[in-house]
Amino acid sequence: MATAQQGILDLLSPIPPGWGGVLLTGAASTITISAGAFLIGLVMGTGGALGKLSGNRPLGLLLAFYTTAIRAVPELILIVGLYYAGMDGLNRLLALLNLPAFELNGFAVAIAVLGFVQGAYMTEVLRGAMLAIPIGQIEAAKAFGMGPRLRFRRIVLPALLPNALPGLANLWMAIMKDSALIAVVGYQELALATRLAGASTKHYFLFFTASAFIYLALTLVSNRLFMLLERRVRRGQPKVAGGLAR
Amino acid sequence: MSFSWIDAYWPLLLTGAWQTVSLLVISVFFGFLIAIGLAFAQVSGGPLTRALAQGYCTFFRGTPLLIQLWLLYYGVGSLLPMIPGIRQSLFWPILREGFFFAAVSFTLNYAAYEAEVLRGALLAVPKGELEAGRAFGMSPWRLTRRIWLPRAIRIALPTIGGEIVMQLKATPLAFTVTVMDLYAVATKVRQDTLLVYEPLIVVTVFYLVITALIAGTFRLVERQIPMRR
Repeated sequence: MATAQQGILDLLSPIPPGWGGVLLTGAASTITISAGAFLIGLVMGTGGALGKLSGNRPLGLLLAFYTTAIRAVPELILIVGLYYAGMDGLNRLLALLNLPAFELNGFAVAIAVLGFVQGAYMTEVLRGAMLAIPIGQIEAAKAFGMGPRLRFRRIVLPALLPNALPGLANLWMAIMKDSALIAVVGYQELALATRLAGASTKHYFLFFTASAFIYLALTLVSNRLFMLLERRVRRGQPKVAGGLAR
Repeated sequence: MSFSWIDAYWPLLLTGAWQTVSLLVISVFFGFLIAIGLAFAQVSGGPLTRALAQGYCTFFRGTPLLIQLWLLYYGVGSLLPMIPGIRQSLFWPILREGFFFAAVSFTLNYAAYEAEVLRGALLAVPKGELEAGRAFGMSPWRLTRRIWLPRAIRIALPTIGGEIVMQLKATPLAFTVTVMDLYAVATKVRQDTLLVYEPLIVVTVFYLVITALIAGTFRLVERQIPMRR
């Protein structure tokens, strides 16, 4: 038993003969990819929600197509399709400009593709949150002579955050788990690093359990952080009878 | 865009669709049964069963499905042959297939998500209805069977429909463990014909059709339920 214990510690140790370092590097790139995609999604989602609510008909139709199509198709198909389409499109563009084709950085494509997918879900979350803002508050801001920008920054954004945060937290958890799909196109994040470690040592069970617990730890920590954040953006709000904000 | 390959690959596409649908039906059916147990364990179980059920749901909802699938297929799959006599057993032809591991991991994963939905629905059943049942002298088991669970399932129906669609969208992962599902067929067509988008588009249409069928079925089922709106 003692030797088995020793073996596990050796395998998971972060110093090179052990594979702990590879797993942690993988976890770091999982976090970076997720964070990058989340930010891109946030920007696209804000734009999408504002566009959907702007009442511009062609824009609304385009955005409706974007959110419906993205949310209806399996993530894996989207990621694989967009991965190749993005790479292909960029290389054609470069060929048009008489530039040499280049091997696209898998990291950047992963972030862009996941961000594009994430943007569709964000659009819906943010649109719902914006619609939940009492119209009177916005009218009051207009009556004070605030321009659209100032109004968004001072009134819409602070009023929207408490409504949107639970949805955004869900999306953050989803993106961290979806980023594992990037392994299928061959970019090395936590899931693929784990498979590599397993394949080289034949200790698949050990490494997949270890990486499952890394993902779990990431999820639980994020959950906690989002709870703190929600408490902060809800400060000053009246407490609901059930104690939603606590 | 060229779709001339469809003639040659038509039978393969249908087998792929069949595999996808089987995975979906198996995981939803067995996952739902497990979810009922997990939900009741959380709502009315003792401290230990409650903690176990919560731990199960947290683990399966907090880790990617891909990792769970690979943990089962590569991890457990490499340990299984060590059980003496398993290679001679009746079940070995099933146990060595990727399909078995995909079905098991999808079932366990679906159960965790569905358990949370059912837990909420069980708590949402109006107290008065349960009290009325008790006043009629129903035993706890009969109360659960006749009132609590059916009411909870009705409350949860729209969410269950959504969960099933989500589960459908998760099934392409099975191709990573050698299951010849719809998505794997698209990959094969890509490798054979060097077409990237056309097979993906055709397969996407299949998924959309299945989604529409699920949504339509649930609309019909929900309409059967007498409810004041």
